Amino acid sequence: MPEFTLWDIVRNLLLAARWTVALSFIAFLGGTVFGLLLLLMRLSGRRVLERLVGIYVQLFQGTPLLMQLFLLYFGLAVMGVNTSAWLAACVALTLYASAYLTEIWRGAVAAIPRGQWEASASLALSFGQQFRHIILPQALRIAVAPTVGFLVQVVKGTALASVIGFVELTKAGGMIANVTYEPMLTYACVAAMYFVLCFPISLYARALERKLA
Amino acid sequence: MPLQLDFMSILVQWPLLLRGAAWTIALTAIATLLGGMLGIVCAWARAGGPRALRWLVGGYVEIIRNTPFIVQLFFIFFGLPELGIRLSPMTASILAMTVNLGAYATEILRAGIEATPRGQIEAAESLALTKAQVFTRVVLPPALKKVWPALVSQIVIVMLGSAVCGQISTEELSYATNLIQSRNFRAFETYIVGTLSYLGLAILVRNLLYWAGPRFLFGR
Repeated sequence: MPEFTLWDIVRNLLLAARWTVALSFIAFLGGTVFGLLLLLMRLSGRRVLERLVGIYVQLFQGTPLLMQLFLLYFGLAVMGVNTSAWLAACVALTLYASAYLTEIWRGAVAAIPRGQWEASASLALSFGQQFRHIILPQALRIAVAPTVGFLVQVVKGTALASVIGFVELTKAGGMIANVTYEPMLTYACVAAMYFVLCFPISLYARALERKLA
Repeated sequence: MPLQLDFMSILVQWPLLLRGAAWTIALTAIATLLGGMLGIVCAWARAGGPRALRWLVGGYVEIIRNTPFIVQLFFIFFGLPELGIRLSPMTASILAMTVNLGAYATEILRAGIEATPRGQIEAAESLALTKAQVFTRVVLPPALKKVWPALVSQIVIVMLGSAVCGQISTEELSYATNLIQSRNFRAFETYIVGTLSYLGLAILVRNLLYWAGPRFLFGR
C-alpha cells in the first residue's frame, strides 16, 4: 500500500482548487452580467417585467442551491442539451449569483433619493442616460461592499458542484479521503483552503463597508 | 420529440415527500433552538467576556463563515470518527447545522447587543440586578427584536442549506426527492416538485417565525 504524505494531499487539493477558483469567477462574472440585465428590467417601470424579476429572485433565494443544481443538471438533459457537470454547475451558479446580485443592487438603487431621478429627468436625460450618469455612480458606492461580500457566498456555493460530480476542491477532498483513509486531515485541509480563499475577501468587504459608511 | 412532463408519478409518492419535509422542519427546529442558544452565549462572550474567550469565539465565527457548510458537514461525519466520535447521519446533520447557525447568530446578535444604550445597563445595575439578569432581562430582548429579521433570514438559509444533509443519507427532503427519482426515473419533474417544496417550506418557516418572535421572545 502506498504511503501518502501531507504534501501529497495538499498538492492534489491545490490542483483541484484551481477549478473552484475558475467556477467562482465564471459564476461571478456571469452573475454580474445577467444580474445587471435583470436590474434594468426591474427598473424599467414595466409592471410585468418587475413582477417577473421579483418571482425569479424569490425562486432562487427561496430554494436550496443544491436543488437548483440538480434541476439544471437533469433539466438541460431533458431539453436535449448534451450536458456535463461543468456546464450545469456554471449555469446554475450564474443564475443563482444573478438573483442575489440583482437584489443587492436594487437595494442600492432604491437608496438613491427619488429627487435624483426627477432632477435628471427634468434635464431631459433618457432613462439610459439617467441610470448611467446619475444613478449608477452613486449606487455603485453603496453596492460595492455587499457585492464583494457576496463573492464569498459564491466561492462557498461552488462546493455544491461536487455533488453532481464536478471535481473541484470538495470533490477532490472526498476522493483523497477515500484513498488515504485520512478524512479528518483531508477535510481540514479542504476547509483551510476555502478559508484562505474566502477570509481575505471577507476582510476586504468589511474594510470597504467601514470606509464607505 | 416534444417535452413531456409527468408529475403524477411523483405525486403518488407523497408520503415519502411529506416525511422528508417533516424531517427537514424537525432538523431546522432543533438546529434553530440549539444554534440560537449557542449564538446567544457566544455573542455574550464576545461582547463582554475575557479577552481569550473573545478571541476564541471570533476564530470560531470566522472559520465557520468562511468555509462551505458541506465541508463542515463532511468533516463532522467523515472526519470525527477518526477521533472515535461516531455520529449517526441525523446527529451529524444536527451538529453541523447547529455549529453553522451558531456562528452566524453570534455575529447577528452581537450587532443587536452592541446597540444597547449604555444608560440602560447602568440603570439596570443601579437597581441591583445581577450581571446575568441585566443580560437576559434588559439587553437581550430589545437586541433580539432589533435583529429578528436578519436572524429569521439566516434560519431560512440554514434550512435551505440542510438539503446537503441528504448526501450523508439523512432522510430529509432532498434525500426523499433523490429516492423518488431513482424509483420513477423522472428526475427533472421530481426535482421540480422537490425544489418547490423547499420554496413552500421557506415561506412557511419565515412567516411562522415572524409571527412567533414578537409573541414569545421579545414582546411587541
